[in-house]
Amino acid sequence: MKHALHTTGIGVSLGGTPVLHSVDVAFEASRWTSVVGPNGAGKSTLLKVLAGLLPHSGQVQLMDRPLGQWRGRERARCLAWLGQGEQGADDLSVWDVAMLGRLPHQPWLVPPSHADRVAVEQALRATQAWDWRERPLGALSGGERQRVLLARLLAVDADVLLMDEPLANLDPPHQADWLLLVRELVAQGKTVVSVLHEIGMALHADQMVVMAQGRVVHQGACADPVTHLALEDVFDHRIAIHPLGDQWVALPR
Amino acid sequence: MSGARHSLWLACALLVAAAAVLLLGAGVGSTGFDSVLNAHNDPVAWQILWDIRLPRTLGAWVAGGLLGLAGAVAQGLFRNPLADPYLLGSASGAALGVALALALFGTSPFATQWLVRLGLTSAAFAGAVLGVVLTLALAKGVQHTLRLLLAGVIVGVVLGAGRDLVTIASPDTLQAMQGFMLGSTGFVGWAACGVMAAMLLVAVLVAASLGRVLDGLALGESTALSLGLPLGAVRGVLVAVLALATGAAVAQTGLIAFVGLASPHLVRSIVKTTHARLLVLSALMGGLLLMAADVLARWIIAPQELPVGVLTAVLGGSYLLWLMHRRRRPGSAL
Repeated sequence: MKHALHTTGIGVSLGGTPVLHSVDVAFEASRWTSVVGPNGAGKSTLLKVLAGLLPHSGQVQLMDRPLGQWRGRERARCLAWLGQGEQGADDLSVWDVAMLGRLPHQPWLVPPSHADRVAVEQALRATQAWDWRERPLGALSGGERQRVLLARLLAVDADVLLMDEPLANLDPPHQADWLLLVRELVAQGKTVVSVLHEIGMALHADQMVVMAQGRVVHQGACADPVTHLALEDVFDHRIAIHPLGDQWVALPR
Repeated sequence: MSGARHSLWLACALLVAAAAVLLLGAGVGSTGFDSVLNAHNDPVAWQILWDIRLPRTLGAWVAGGLLGLAGAVAQGLFRNPLADPYLLGSASGAALGVALALALFGTSPFATQWLVRLGLTSAAFAGAVLGVVLTLALAKGVQHTLRLLLAGVIVGVVLGAGRDLVTIASPDTLQAMQGFMLGSTGFVGWAACGVMAAMLLVAVLVAASLGRVLDGLALGESTALSLGLPLGAVRGVLVAVLALATGAAVAQTGLIAFVGLASPHLVRSIVKTTHARLLVLSALMGGLLLMAADVLARWIIAPQELPVGVLTAVLGGSYLLWLMHRRRRPGSAL
């Protein structure tokens, strides 16, 4: 199985405090992997390391090539990252924010091309944000804003998409839309890695990485009972995984 | 209406308003509009118009443009709507430079003549650049925004203390220093106008060409980096633009408060747009604000003149108070 991302011995310290301890993890290409764990487990930090945004020890390989060997724009075209609760840019229009996703494709000082405009329109339509394309980002609700930021991520048209809590502020119908969108992306051959607190949604992924205290404690298929046991364990058995039809749900004990 | 079209309308409106204020500025003075009307056949009227009123009014527009642009750059670079062009130690550096120049040469008639001709420009500009260089050295580069801001504050305090020491040691320079600290466009001639206009043109072109990076930075440094933007290099260029624009304006007109802070806010309250357009519009807004303030400063207690910095401080302070009041309302920008 080909890996889109692969880490070896990743260690990160923030402000002198170790946050990740020798993390070895691999993310299969053209699959959706969800990263879950309790608060402070190091999920967002791991995602930032994968995106090349944090100094770290150990090595990250993107498409079997060390991440450090990728040039900035080249890496940005291959790997897109959506941060947790991105703030700011309130004065930019929805269209302009989504167009930021095309920056890795645009030569310096050259205005957006027809391909850029098509990509942005598709991204805004995919997240149902097209109708407010002329509104300023600051005038949107939290959920609407999150959909625009998702569109910004999609507009990159990268092969690997890293999303940190992409469902924040989304209502249940739009969470379901996001699920469909991710499945469509994976069907197109994209690799999706998402940090999710909604365990029920995370269980829809192909693979799951379970983290606790800066370490990966388990990696396996979401349908695997061993994965469910690892999940229950890192949450101190305060949740239980149950089957519901052909899905899995996490309920509080 | 799209942001682009809205911005174009605002730019046209600001230019038309500036032309109107320029006309007004040409007529404000002890001889009033007579100097304008008689300029073609009266050499004295022509001299008043061409050598005094026009350069100072246009100079105010260009200096305001530099400060407005620098304010927009600072606010975009530091992602802080309260950022102001004097943040990186340029103002305190310029003030120290002027204080030193006055203390060292100000008492000699020959030196004073030389300094008057130069308008203390060299000393102020060198001081402004020194202030920024010190800030950058203390912050160990431009990579860390918070460190840069803290370094700017520290340099500002230390150089400010140095300026006070120099002024106390040379009490006869107090009045001249006060003039510099309050800001004035009274001594701006055509040469100064030309220097500032060249700086403004270069600064606007460079900054606007980096507008997309500021747009990306608006979503956070991590997002900007994930988009492959060369943040380190761009920060370096924008800090240079900020330092040169502020230094050029301060060197010619002294410390003029609030124009750099208020101009981007005023633009944003009218139009929501990208940084490339915001930078140009802020320059136009800054130019209009300072030119209008200059004309007002000459007119309010004519034939006496108010220091234009006092007027911008009063008007700018009132504007910020109004913004704070608006902030309490849902959906407000600041």
